[in-house]
Amino acid sequence: MTPVVTLTNVNKVFGGGGRPQTVALKDINLQIEPREFISLIGPSGCGKSTLLRTIADLVPPSSGEVVVNGKSAHQARLNREYGMVFQAPVLFEWRTVLHNVELPLEIMGVPKKEREQRAREMLKLVELQGFERHYPWQLSGGMQQRVAIARALAFRPQLLLMDEPFGALDELTRERMNAELLRIWHETKTTVVFVTHSIPEAVFLSTRVVVMSARPGRITAIIPIDLPYPRDVETRESPRFFELVTEVREALRRGEERMA
Amino acid sequence: MTARKALMRRFIVWFCVRLNSAVAVTLPKRRTANKLAALLVLFSLALLWQFVKLVFNLDGRTLPHLWEIVLAFGEPARRNGPPLINELLNAALFTAQGAFFGFVIGAILGFVLGTVFAHVPLLERSLVPYVVASQTVPILAIAPMVVIWLRGSWWSVPIIAAYLTFFPVTINTLRGMKSPDPRALELMRSYAATTWETLWKLRFPAALPAIFAALKIAATSSVVGAIIAELPAGVQRGLGGAILNFNQYYITGPQRLWAAITMAALVGIAFYLMIALVERLALRNIVR
Repeated sequence: MTPVVTLTNVNKVFGGGGRPQTVALKDINLQIEPREFISLIGPSGCGKSTLLRTIADLVPPSSGEVVVNGKSAHQARLNREYGMVFQAPVLFEWRTVLHNVELPLEIMGVPKKEREQRAREMLKLVELQGFERHYPWQLSGGMQQRVAIARALAFRPQLLLMDEPFGALDELTRERMNAELLRIWHETKTTVVFVTHSIPEAVFLSTRVVVMSARPGRITAIIPIDLPYPRDVETRESPRFFELVTEVREALRRGEERMA
Repeated sequence: MTARKALMRRFIVWFCVRLNSAVAVTLPKRRTANKLAALLVLFSLALLWQFVKLVFNLDGRTLPHLWEIVLAFGEPARRNGPPLINELLNAALFTAQGAFFGFVIGAILGFVLGTVFAHVPLLERSLVPYVVASQTVPILAIAPMVVIWLRGSWWSVPIIAAYLTFFPVTINTLRGMKSPDPRALELMRSYAATTWETLWKLRFPAALPAIFAALKIAATSSVVGAIIAELPAGVQRGLGGAILNFNQYYITGPQRLWAAITMAALVGIAFYLMIALVERLALRNIVR
């Protein structure tokens, strides 16, 4: 099986030319197989968001290669092969919920009737049917983020990139959204790369957890998560879950110590 | 002349009805409170006017009575001429034409400039200082030059009015176009959207609130610009001409000058209200 994403010796340095340099990413090597759920976790400044944006071709690497679906990241972006969700929903406040989900389809030139149908399907998938005519300000934070997810999946990309999408939500909503996301992931059969700050979230969602550390940003450890799917509340309370959370935490601490 | 006046009256009535229904979106209680408050302010200002006149013992030449100004509308300004209000309405219509064209020219120019500046930082850095400098030159100095360049054509009026209106529209369009969340721009990039698509689907709608704010300023500036422009252009038919005329003959009737000023203010207010109405319709779904 060809990997969906391959990162080879990727480095990213910000600054230079008179300004102080920051090594955001150093010697990143990572392969992501189809239908995996990968979490990137690490302290602030470890480069996880930068890494995500490198895959998205929003930030060019200083050196190294990023291959997505067998082509360069740049080509993959032009082909619209991934959907992206940010920490803030970033919905267009002048558009209705339905219209917001239609945005990528508009840009891709999908005809009106088909656009509307697909957008409605997506809203049903995230369980927001009935809210098509609402405006973003009328929805809660969690609902807005679900619209953002629907929008990201509207054109059925194989790859979903998520940058701390539930970071702004409270703990209870977050846990519910985690369960929702796993269901959506299972139904759409996508590959997900998920950036997070939360260890339990990373362990609950992923097939593998990539632990990163800062200064310079690098991969400290890759921990496979052998918890069975479907995962639910009971999974969170199982002993194995706790063991894995501890393992991830230890890896994070090791990374920090090496830095100090 | 009567037909045009009748048309004007019908237009004013229609406009007030439309505005009322647009305002009617607010709660009835709030609406009544707003209207009462506005009337109260107006009444207080009228009281203040008369109070100042009383306290400082100002005679008719320095500050005429309010009712004298109101009465002046009904009386002829010239011997055997029509009532002042007829003359002023015609003058207002004429000036409004110049102001309107000036507003449209200035708004389009400002929008184009603001959009270009938002997309080409080099042009923004090099040209915005000159745009700002252009506004520091007193328009009274520029107006006669424009009249001469255009050989006394009527178009000098809208062009001078546009001179005042393009500046706020440029600055606010620029600001509005740069206002979207950077992540929204990243989102458009992730869709491989063209610059044009990003402009129409993201930047332009995001800029609308700022653009409307500028258009409101430009609406009143265009009236001021048109009036000032009429002076060196020697245009007699507009409010500028009327103000100049009543200024010259101030001694014979100061209340007529005040009447002309009032009419000019009403034209400005009417322009403003029209923009406000359009804004209400365009931005009705966005809650701030």
